[in-house]
Amino acid sequence: MMCPVTGLPDLPPRLPVKPSLFLARDSYRQRRLRDAARMLPVLGAVIWLVPLLWQRGPGQTGGMAAAVVFVFSGWMVLIVLTALIARKLRPDDSAAIDPGTAP
Amino acid sequence: MMSFNQLIAIALAYVAFLFFVAFAAERRAARGQGGWLRLPIVYTLSLSIYCTAWTFYGAVGYAARSGLEFVTIYLGPTLVVVGWWWVLRRLVRIGRMQRITSIADLISSRFGKSTTLGVIVTIMAVIAATPYIALQLQSVTQSFQVFARAGGQDWGDVELNRAAVWIAIGLCFFTVLFGTRNLDANERHHGVVIAIAVEAVVKLVALLAVGIFVVWGLSDGAVAMLAEIEASPIADWTQSGSRWAALIFLSAAAFLCLPRMFQVLVVENADERHLQTASWAFPLYLLLMSLFVIPIAVVGLRVMPVGANPDLFVLTLPLSQGQQGLATLSFLGGFSSATSMVIVATIALSTMVSNHIVLPLWMRAGTTPGAIMSGDVRQVVVLARRLSIGGVLALGYLYFRLSGGGAALAAIGLVSFSGVVQVLPAMMGGIFWRGATRTGAILGLTSGFSVWVWCLFLPSFGEGAILSASVLANGPFGLTWLRPEALFGITGVDPVLHGLFWSLLLNTWLFFAGSVLSFPKPLERLQGAQFVNVFDHSPSGPAWTRSAATAEDLLIMSQRILGATHSQAIFARAAARQGKADTLPDVTPSFVAGLERELAGSVGAATAHAMIAQLTQGAAVTVDDLIALADETAQILEYSNRLQTKSAEQERTARALREANVKLMSLSEQKDAFLSQISHELRTPMTSIRSFSDILRMGNIEPRDTARMAGIINAEALRLTRLLDDLLDLSVLENGQVTLHMQHGLLSDLLDRAVDAAGHAPGALRIDRSGASHPLWLETDLDRLCQVFINLIANAAKYCSAPVPELRVLCHHINGRQVVDFIDNGRGIAAPDREVIFEKFSRLGDSSRAGGAGLGLAISKEIMTRLGGDVAYVPDQAGTCFRVTLPAIAPSAAKEVAVSATP
Repeated sequence: MMCPVTGLPDLPPRLPVKPSLFLARDSYRQRRLRDAARMLPVLGAVIWLVPLLWQRGPGQTGGMAAAVVFVFSGWMVLIVLTALIARKLRPDDSAAIDPGTAP
Repeated sequence: MMSFNQLIAIALAYVAFLFFVAFAAERRAARGQGGWLRLPIVYTLSLSIYCTAWTFYGAVGYAARSGLEFVTIYLGPTLVVVGWWWVLRRLVRIGRMQRITSIADLISSRFGKSTTLGVIVTIMAVIAATPYIALQLQSVTQSFQVFARAGGQDWGDVELNRAAVWIAIGLCFFTVLFGTRNLDANERHHGVVIAIAVEAVVKLVALLAVGIFVVWGLSDGAVAMLAEIEASPIADWTQSGSRWAALIFLSAAAFLCLPRMFQVLVVENADERHLQTASWAFPLYLLLMSLFVIPIAVVGLRVMPVGANPDLFVLTLPLSQGQQGLATLSFLGGFSSATSMVIVATIALSTMVSNHIVLPLWMRAGTTPGAIMSGDVRQVVVLARRLSIGGVLALGYLYFRLSGGGAALAAIGLVSFSGVVQVLPAMMGGIFWRGATRTGAILGLTSGFSVWVWCLFLPSFGEGAILSASVLANGPFGLTWLRPEALFGITGVDPVLHGLFWSLLLNTWLFFAGSVLSFPKPLERLQGAQFVNVFDHSPSGPAWTRSAATAEDLLIMSQRILGATHSQAIFARAAARQGKADTLPDVTPSFVAGLERELAGSVGAATAHAMIAQLTQGAAVTVDDLIALADETAQILEYSNRLQTKSAEQERTARALREANVKLMSLSEQKDAFLSQISHELRTPMTSIRSFSDILRMGNIEPRDTARMAGIINAEALRLTRLLDDLLDLSVLENGQVTLHMQHGLLSDLLDRAVDAAGHAPGALRIDRSGASHPLWLETDLDRLCQVFINLIANAAKYCSAPVPELRVLCHHINGRQVVDFIDNGRGIAAPDREVIFEKFSRLGDSSRAGGAGLGLAISKEIMTRLGGDVAYVPDQAGTCFRVTLPAIAPSAAKEVAVSATP
């Protein structure tokens, strides 16, 4: 369909933009990133305590290679996660500072 | 084959290169060009001093003996760095705010700038670091030995010791040169930091090179390597869970507590944001450093002859394969690891020794108050640091000689770690818990350290060196429950775990109990608040009030510590901030506090505090005053709160009074208006009566006139009487003293009576009563009701403006009530006037037309209220309309009325 005045194709009807209920999205995300940063050492501790749970049948030997692969893969995952979070985090963002008040 | 002398030459060339790098960095930093010196990556690499020769050589040996357990030493620091948001960020911020120079300074500053705590932590750190420094000397000498043997020389103890002495002297020289150049620890050792960053790269590259050579040269790639691991003597995954977890904890704690780690983490930190990069880059560094440890150990165990020292596989493995270049690189890596650790450790320890032991002693020696002014503090501090560096290295060498250099490297490392982590409870408590006190910290540190010395340190020299075999086996003086490796008779525990457990348990509990039971000094409380709330507080320390020192005194003192140029710059800046053209600022409390922080950056918090205290002549520690002031302030605050409450109360009362006053005023005005109205209403007829009676008294008047005048007098007298009646009536009605005479009657009869009584001239007002013709019985005070009707009819007669006045009387039901409307064909009443028509003396428009005093409607309203009905003006009718709502008829009365209505 062409617009009779401009001769240009009609614009598709614009979808009504629903205004977001949640305003300070950015500082909210910052606060959650800080929560994530706090959880990283816990995640690391959990990863590295897992090999202790491995059960061995009687007379079974070996397992060192698996342990090496597991420990180092977990290490790499933790480093990548930390890097992702650290890049996004803004420690000086005062808008995101909440002494436990803002959810 | 490379000769041993060539190796020495390479080592010396490498050292010269490091000198050059450090020197160039210092030069650039001095010229302000060292932007790249403050890159996050430099900070991250400087953290790598965590990886000492213990890592470089010892990790492989550790892995060859205990499999994967070596990795715990790197997992712990990874957890700490990855969790930087918890602890490291806080430590770095505190370090910057309080100008912390060392871990001893942190503890001392937190617990009230205590000299005692500074001394305790310093002694502990020196003792715990000594085995570690010995370890570095040992590893470097052993690596020389390897090359010497490869070159065909056989090294005995004599050569080893000689090498160790020379290495120690060389390290001492380097550290003194670059470590004591700047007095202010917060000015950072750029040369040293850049040198250790370079060394970090060298050791990483060396270890990776050896690792790659092993995996792809001596084995068949990664997959084959894994298969080989699975087939090796260390293939069994039989890790003790408690040791695994405990070692992760131990290394994490040591990472925070090691003096050298504190130095690079906190003191040398140029920017808090560097932590963000280090949070992932440093774990990556650690991962790469440990990646090839197991492969090297596995291949070493396969390739090397039985009995070869696995601690030196990194060196001997390439050498045995004829890889001279790789072996040299590996040697340089190990050399780098050892030297960077020793340099930073000695800098950190010498700062602690000079600030917390030498300076307090020196200040105490100068008993006169002028000691600060007479001696050159700056030289004392620098000399103290240089001597401390030498002393620390000498201690390390002594330990190296004593322990014989035979013990496994890893064991020494763990003993040293367990010693330094005794600071952990005081440190964590200090930065997270405001209730931690100096007493608790002293108790915890000394007890934990004593247990460590007994259970781990003394036995580490080996059986018979310090503790005899019998003491180890049976305890001192036969007290078996005090056996160093089985306290309280608990045997069979791993010695490191045993010592760590008991020392930290006692340490933590005494720290806690001491803190809970003691009472902190004011300065402790202030410092505690500053440390724990470091992210909320502005960097304002305890203020110095009533300073007795002059700016000149302070300048002379700080020049002796910070140097002339730096101190003058500080004073000039402060003066400029105060808006003074002079170079000397006023000695304000905030200036003195700021100066103390600057000095603390050089000589530590406790010494700086004591120095300022000496200068300000005892009037110094005004923190007690501050606390008193704080109490006072609290009292003032409370008092002012009470005042505020009171004043709010008073304001409420005043408002009530004002309102009452306004009411009274308006009442009084109403009364005045009423009185003036009354007087006016009474005066008008009185005036006529008096003047006409005067004329009559004079006589001589024609009888016709006499009759007319008498008529006027009579009429006016009647009017007066009527007015007085009305007033009396109203007064009676308003006071509720009226008695009602209930009667039966028909509405139509009542209207007849009213029309007759209104007494208007016939024909002047036509009354249409067709709307009220049906018979309606009433039971009320008919006379009073009639009075209301009369009034309404009379009003209509008086005020109706139509040429042919007409009044319609309409009777109907509204909302179940009988109403009678009186509607004339006039103009009606304007809206503003409707409000006042029922008020006393309200007459609208021309008063001459009114016969009454304007009391009629007021009386009617009162009557209807008394009768239980109402009279109201109904707007929006054709003319003026008054609606009389008749009193409700009681049901019994209604029946009676209905009965009597039937004829």
